[in-house]
Amino acid sequence: MLNIQNLNVYYGNIQALKGVSLEINEGEIVTLIGANGAGKSTLLKTISGLIKPKDGEILFEGQNIAGKVAQSIVKKGVSQVPEGRRVFANMTVEENLELGAFLRKDTKGIREDFEKVYNLFPRLQERRKQQAGTLSGGEQQMLAMGRALMARPRLLLLDEPSMGLAPLLVKTIFRIIQEINDTGTTILLVEQNANMALSVADRAYVIETGRIVLDGTSDELNQSDQIRTAYLGGH
Amino acid sequence: MEFVQQLINGISLGSIYALIALGYTMVYGIVKLINFAHGDVFMVGAFIGFYSISVFHLNFFLALLISMVACAIFGVVIERIAYKPLRNATRIAALITAIGVSLLIEYGTIYIRGAQIEAYPGNVIPDVTIKFFGVEVSSQSLFILGVSVLLMVCLQFIVHKTKIGKAMRAVSHDMDAARLMGINVDNTISATFAIGSALAGAAGVIFGMYYTSIDPLMGIIPGLKAFVAAVLGGIGIIPGAMVGGLVLGVIEALVSALGYSLWRDGVAFIVLILILIFRPSGLFGKNVREKV
Ligand SMILES: Nc1ncnc2c1ncn2[C@@H]1O[C@H](COP(=O)(O)OP(=O)(O)OP(=O)(O)O)[C@@H](O)[C@H]1O
Ligand SMILES: [Mg+2]
Repeated sequence: MLNIQNLNVYYGNIQALKGVSLEINEGEIVTLIGANGAGKSTLLKTISGLIKPKDGEILFEGQNIAGKVAQSIVKKGVSQVPEGRRVFANMTVEENLELGAFLRKDTKGIREDFEKVYNLFPRLQERRKQQAGTLSGGEQQMLAMGRALMARPRLLLLDEPSMGLAPLLVKTIFRIIQEINDTGTTILLVEQNANMALSVADRAYVIETGRIVLDGTSDELNQSDQIRTAYLGGH
Repeated sequence: MEFVQQLINGISLGSIYALIALGYTMVYGIVKLINFAHGDVFMVGAFIGFYSISVFHLNFFLALLISMVACAIFGVVIERIAYKPLRNATRIAALITAIGVSLLIEYGTIYIRGAQIEAYPGNVIPDVTIKFFGVEVSSQSLFILGVSVLLMVCLQFIVHKTKIGKAMRAVSHDMDAARLMGINVDNTISATFAIGSALAGAAGVIFGMYYTSIDPLMGIIPGLKAFVAAVLGGIGIIPGAMVGGLVLGVIEALVSALGYSLWRDGVAFIVLILILIFRPSGLFGKNVREKV
């Protein structure tokens, strides 16, 4: 579904991604793990069209979307839940969800998706008239996910959804990620919480200072000594 | 009773400031630029209204509409040519450009049509004195107030209920997050300039009709005062600009009523200094977090 080949991305003269290649098949959950500053968010921003790569290819369902404007990438079916939620704090929960469906015109489908999102996150329905800025961190994460789902994406990019959440909430969020995937949405999950990420993902990539250094199935990576010491806090 | 009359005059004048201030505040909210050419769009609006009425013999409402549409287009052209290339430049570069655009419009207008003052036809809308409870109010004051309020209600509707309005709020809050929704940020910014400039155009026609004389440099002082009004309300906050404009108009009218009419123009700047010292985020800053 997504096939990235030799992607190079720069901020000025600083190279943030160095020849990144990565593949995601339809229906999978793939996780990308790496330390702070490794380039995870940069990769997601480049896929979404917020940053233009210097070169390399990003094939989404066979079409090269590298360097396209964000709008057309959303239209093709790729949505992102950005790092730090980035909800529209001065707007209500409902308005945030409406904005998620900004490019859609199928009123009926949008109404169905409101139902779906409210079923997935009952908390959001209770608070639909509340300003998003007054929600708790966990609720904002749910809103950011709901908002991305409102575009009815086929590929969902999640940037550190567990960041700053209490362990119980992290569990809930990961359960919901699994549920979203079960209903047919392919997922690329960026995480620092490698334990949790590997528990839901089919496959994983490890990124270090802009380079993919390892990839394999979640089981393989769970077994790998290198990963256990560096990312799983194991021995 | 003299006092109440002055108060009503102040509210009418203030509603003109408010219309101009809205453009400042909306543009600031979305691109963080103080568009110093905004007062000149107001001037251009006044002239377009003038020519529509005196040369083409159109009625007030048609003239208002034409001026609004023309100014909307003018505002977008300014944005695309002068400001868009500087979107990632420093703020000071954009600010200096805005001042340059302002001078260009002022002296461009003088170059094209000369610097002479033009007199708005006085009979555009009936000017009768209405009396109630011993207070004499000119029908023009009420008319100005009515038109301004109507335009502000329309604006609130656009900003809160329409798709483009929601896009404007989203972009002003977080440009990249808005992009991730599929919002076209460039078009949304242009729409903001269009709406703000249309309001300035409307203010120009109303101003011309009320004060009857217009000239190519007429935008400078009302432009600065509307900027003060926007800061007073809290720059970037739409209801703030409305209230800031009205408050400033009323303060000016009261200063005149107290016999200090020579101080009238200075008062706005005293207000500016006081806000910057005591409440830099403006009356509506902090508690109301609505930016566009
Ligand atoms: N706008 C920017 N300008 C310059 N450098 C940047 C910019 N954004 C990120 N970088 C640099 O690019 C590198 C990768 O950053 P990125 O945000 O992709 O890391 P990350 O893996 O998402 O980290 P984290 O886990 O902390 O979110 C870092 O060295 C960072 O300093
Ligand atoms: Mg990151």
